[in-house]
Amino acid sequence: MIPATNLLILGAILFSIGVIGVLIRRNAIVIFMSIELMLNSVNLTFIVLARQLHSLDGQIFVFFIMTVAAAEVAVGLALIISAYRLRATINVDEINLLNG
Amino acid sequence: MDLIIPQINFSAIAPALTVMITAVVVLLIGLFFQKVQRELLAIVGIIGLIVSLGELGRMWGKDITGFGGMVGNDNFTIAFQMIFIIAAFLAALLSLNRIEDEYVSYGEFYGLLLFALSGIIVMVQGLNLLIVFLGLEILSISLYILTGFRKMRADSIEAALKYFLLGAFSTGFLLYGIALIYGTTGSFSFKGISSYVNANGFTNVLFVAGIILFLVGLAFKAAFVPFHQWTPDVYQGAPTPIAAFMSVGAKGAAFAVLIRLFVSVAAFSTREWTIAIWVLALLTMTIGNVVAIVQQNIKRMLAYSSIAHAGYILVGVLAGNEMGRSAVLFYLMAYTFMNLGAFGVVSYLGISHKVENLRIESYRGIGYKYPFAALAMAVFMFSLAGVPPTAGFIGKFYLFSAALKAGFVWLVILSVLNAVISAYYYLRVVVAMYMQEPEEGKVFELPAASWGVGLALLLAVLGVLYMGIFPSSLMQLFQKTAELISML
Repeated sequence: MIPATNLLILGAILFSIGVIGVLIRRNAIVIFMSIELMLNSVNLTFIVLARQLHSLDGQIFVFFIMTVAAAEVAVGLALIISAYRLRATINVDEINLLNG
Repeated sequence: MDLIIPQINFSAIAPALTVMITAVVVLLIGLFFQKVQRELLAIVGIIGLIVSLGELGRMWGKDITGFGGMVGNDNFTIAFQMIFIIAAFLAALLSLNRIEDEYVSYGEFYGLLLFALSGIIVMVQGLNLLIVFLGLEILSISLYILTGFRKMRADSIEAALKYFLLGAFSTGFLLYGIALIYGTTGSFSFKGISSYVNANGFTNVLFVAGIILFLVGLAFKAAFVPFHQWTPDVYQGAPTPIAAFMSVGAKGAAFAVLIRLFVSVAAFSTREWTIAIWVLALLTMTIGNVVAIVQQNIKRMLAYSSIAHAGYILVGVLAGNEMGRSAVLFYLMAYTFMNLGAFGVVSYLGISHKVENLRIESYRGIGYKYPFAALAMAVFMFSLAGVPPTAGFIGKFYLFSAALKAGFVWLVILSVLNAVISAYYYLRVVVAMYMQEPEEGKVFELPAASWGVGLALLLAVLGVLYMGIFPSSLMQLFQKTAELISML
């Protein structure tokens, strides 16, 4: 069996990759994928912790996170498509009407 | 292994259920009757809100818990929920304004507004991080859609996209924080966290990191500096009634959770946490106020002003005593009236959805042409600045005296200085309305107003003045609720 510590470190690394992806990528869809990576690393962390603590709560939380993430995908992709229709770009640096 | 089925008590979530059912009804009416008048949709929504207020009134003082202790309604929570229902009520009235014609004829608008409210209610009454997370996401996802509701406008979609990407990003932090808290305490409930802290203190680095990540997620929702950059863009791009609702609802819900956490975990009054929140409060109000001075767009100005007000409320949270908590409630109530009112006047003064008159210069000289709207705006601006005899003054007085009592003398001095700075940009609007010549020689012509926005402004003005002149009855009520915050 893989020790829990290794899995927790894997979760932390995946989370960091997600955060770095959000910060350095400029394409809205790639940013969104990085956010999904963050959420899934949280899922992994929850499952490992639930196994370690011998409690089901963490695993149940994962179901809620997956449901919420699915709802977020629906809304997020719709917004990205709307933005593309209006501006013909999804580069977040070029979507900059609002500032001041 | 025994399976214990927890006690389910639907009456504990009756207000949230009522709001959700009303939302579905409004959606269905909009779906089946394409030509329905939006007044009808708004009225159905408002009836639902009134029923839900009645449910809350029935639950008052009973401390009803449900779902195995995952949700609970002490009086403190109920008072919060009532404030948010009033905010949604005013926002629904504001959306009847003619310039919002472009989009509110769809049932989805009121449906999503009610879903956002139900998310806030769930979040506020949650005694468990899972429920708090669910409520937060119901609220956020509804607000992402509402922000981008004017889908043919590039600025609206841009605001929604920014809000969505940053909001989902902050959700990631919040969840990782919850995971770390769960890993160290083995529990999602505030009760479990508090007993863990009482036994171990803040010695475990992972636990402290978890709490910090959780607070970052909340700070994003409440728009504390340095997590505030999205606020002005989103408020500018969002439909005005939604910006108004967000400024009270999303912020206030985060405050409710924050207070719940600080009350249940008494160890937060240690020196390190106090200093951190002290700095956060000061930064939030100072940066909000200073940046608001240079804004030319009134919605951006109100956005920065709402950041500053979050800083003031944080002073009351920091005070940590009963007086501080009741002052937070009082201020939030006052803020609901004055901020929704100010956004309401902004919406009222738009000619059409193409010409919204959002520059502060376009308000020049309207004091004589539109005396009632200008008078209402002046009342709201004086109240936001904290001039007696308005609710804003009394609210700030209570907040700062609670902080003084808790010994934060310097913070109070700096907060009062901040309030003085803020008077500059609030009074600039009043000066423009009454003392400056209109641009291009004459004031713009407004078409006839709708009854909804007039009623909302009237209620907001009455609320601000009533709370400013007769604050004691409401304050006593809030004080009682703050003493009774017993439930963990």
